[in-house]
Amino acid sequence: MFKLLDGPQTLGRGKIFWSCFFVVLVCALIYPLFADSYDVGNFSYFLIWIFMALGLCLMWGYGGMLSFGQTFFFGVAGYSYGVLAINMGGGTATIAALVLSVVVAMIAAGILGYFMIWGGISGIFFGIVTLSATLVLAFFLGQTAGPEWHIGTARLNGFNGMKGMDPLAVRDFYIEGSALYYVMIALIVVVYIALRMLVNSGIGNVIVATRENPQRAEMLGYDVRKYQLLTFVIGSGLAGLSGALYTSWGQFITPSSIGLPAAAMPIVWVAFSGRSDLTATLVGSFLLLFGFQTITVYSQQTALVLMGALLLATVMLAPQGFVLGIGKLVVDRWPGRRPRDAGPALADAVRLQSDET
Amino acid sequence: MSAELFSLFYQFADVFAFLILSAAGLAIVFGMMGVINMAHGEFIMCGAYVTVGLVNLGVPLVIAQILAALTAGLIGVAVEFLIVRRFYKRPLDSLLATWGLSLIVTQSMLLIVGSAVRGIGTPEGSFAIGGYTFSSYRLVLFGCAVAVLAGLYIVFMKTRFGVIARATMQNAAMAKALGARTGRIYAISFGIGTGLAGLCGALYAPTMTLIPTMGATFVVESFVTVVIGGANVLLGTAPAAVFLAVIRMTLNASYGQIIGQIGMLFAVILIIRVLPEGLSSVLVRRGR
Repeated sequence: MFKLLDGPQTLGRGKIFWSCFFVVLVCALIYPLFADSYDVGNFSYFLIWIFMALGLCLMWGYGGMLSFGQTFFFGVAGYSYGVLAINMGGGTATIAALVLSVVVAMIAAGILGYFMIWGGISGIFFGIVTLSATLVLAFFLGQTAGPEWHIGTARLNGFNGMKGMDPLAVRDFYIEGSALYYVMIALIVVVYIALRMLVNSGIGNVIVATRENPQRAEMLGYDVRKYQLLTFVIGSGLAGLSGALYTSWGQFITPSSIGLPAAAMPIVWVAFSGRSDLTATLVGSFLLLFGFQTITVYSQQTALVLMGALLLATVMLAPQGFVLGIGKLVVDRWPGRRPRDAGPALADAVRLQSDET
Repeated sequence: MSAELFSLFYQFADVFAFLILSAAGLAIVFGMMGVINMAHGEFIMCGAYVTVGLVNLGVPLVIAQILAALTAGLIGVAVEFLIVRRFYKRPLDSLLATWGLSLIVTQSMLLIVGSAVRGIGTPEGSFAIGGYTFSSYRLVLFGCAVAVLAGLYIVFMKTRFGVIARATMQNAAMAKALGARTGRIYAISFGIGTGLAGLCGALYAPTMTLIPTMGATFVVESFVTVVIGGANVLLGTAPAAVFLAVIRMTLNASYGQIIGQIGMLFAVILIIRVLPEGLSSVLVRRGR
């Protein structure tokens, strides 16, 4: 159990890392006591996107499959949540809608993934086929403005997007404000820990082996296609979780959260953070979302130009990612420490602390 | 009867021209360097804006279109020199770098130019066959698509540059050892690719609304054509476009544009399951 948490595929291990992890967690838990409700709502909004980033990190960083389709599954689950919540009514049924919409996204990922992975599509083509599917979905939903486009009582509403679904609720109690914030924190901790254990398990080792060399992994007796499909379904399902939570959070979803430029955002977060490590992705994505939101308030276009520049700068200057690179640099320069040994734990410690400032 | 047949051909020609014109530039860059230029749509947008800008200044349409294609080509050479050149060994990173560029360009255009500029309107001119009226400009577009294919065939199969380019495509290290300046070949090929993108934008500029995000309407078609075409783009692109145009035309006629696009995507996903290396792999095998 604990061996899986501190395995070879993830950075950050030992007492120092985990004590920092708990300090950050405690800070995150008491945060709503000191902040006003508007800020807590904003924080929940950033946390929504983290799942999508972690999913991409798993597929791209660990599995070597660069999917440009995160917003495709985000949209599938987001719209599914809307359709289900509207048709099944509010209350506790919204929890079922959340679960079902993630399942729908995973089924979609299973079908698309089957054709691509069994067809032997990889590398660049994997990216552009998933992106084509994403753009077509966005175009399709964009032209569903007429009243004939409805599923049950849920109108799709074209570019204006679907609205009027209930947020997550248990009986009469709406999960919003700090309740939603705590649900998000709990989900992120669960997903983060589960992914750490997954990548450090036997399955995770095969996934990484496939990334390194698919032929070799196949010669060792693994049906790499099954592992790739599993990775793709989990990663896309996490995007679906983001989508369903997003629809529930704002009680609307529009095609613009699927098409360009939205489809590029997960790529920017994960590339900037460092795709090869879950912790780096978690921290980096959060920081980027925070910065992006701060600038978007003034000008969305400027924020997007900066994101594009950040992506370009990342691949030109630090192809492994800035957060990961800075973390490693800090560790190497840390005075009075043996490099590499206690290193990664400290790097993560530094990064995790910056999370809260 | 002949009017119906011509109408069918007209619809096919319309879709075929769209596929060839939007994909040719992307295909050349992919075929030569193995790089997918994610900023392809932005070069198309560039071609369209330059055309409209020049026409509004009083330049005749045809000359404006040629100048627009040249502008896009020159910008492409500059982009190759500054960015793409570093990524030939890392094709996935080239995808990310050009995507970053695409974001920067689109959003800056939105900031600077605003959302829409005044269009120039489709050139007048139509003709009637049987009871149907057809726009002449659509046939001009088809003619341009065929001319682009013929031009690429001549450049890559009949000229000295083409021989060296194909040698570079096959084995860059060997071509370099034999004295080909592969760096320059790459720069020129990238320029040709983006120039063709610019031409596409220039040709379609009179037919659509100009917005900075217009590139997105072309990229799906260009992506799927290149995917279906396969690695040997000189051989694969035209058959891929014919194949997709037939599917698209049939669905467009019965169910409308968006179902046509969705159907095309489904066809592509089915095809890659059977022929992951695209149509050109089949043609190459047959040829042996």
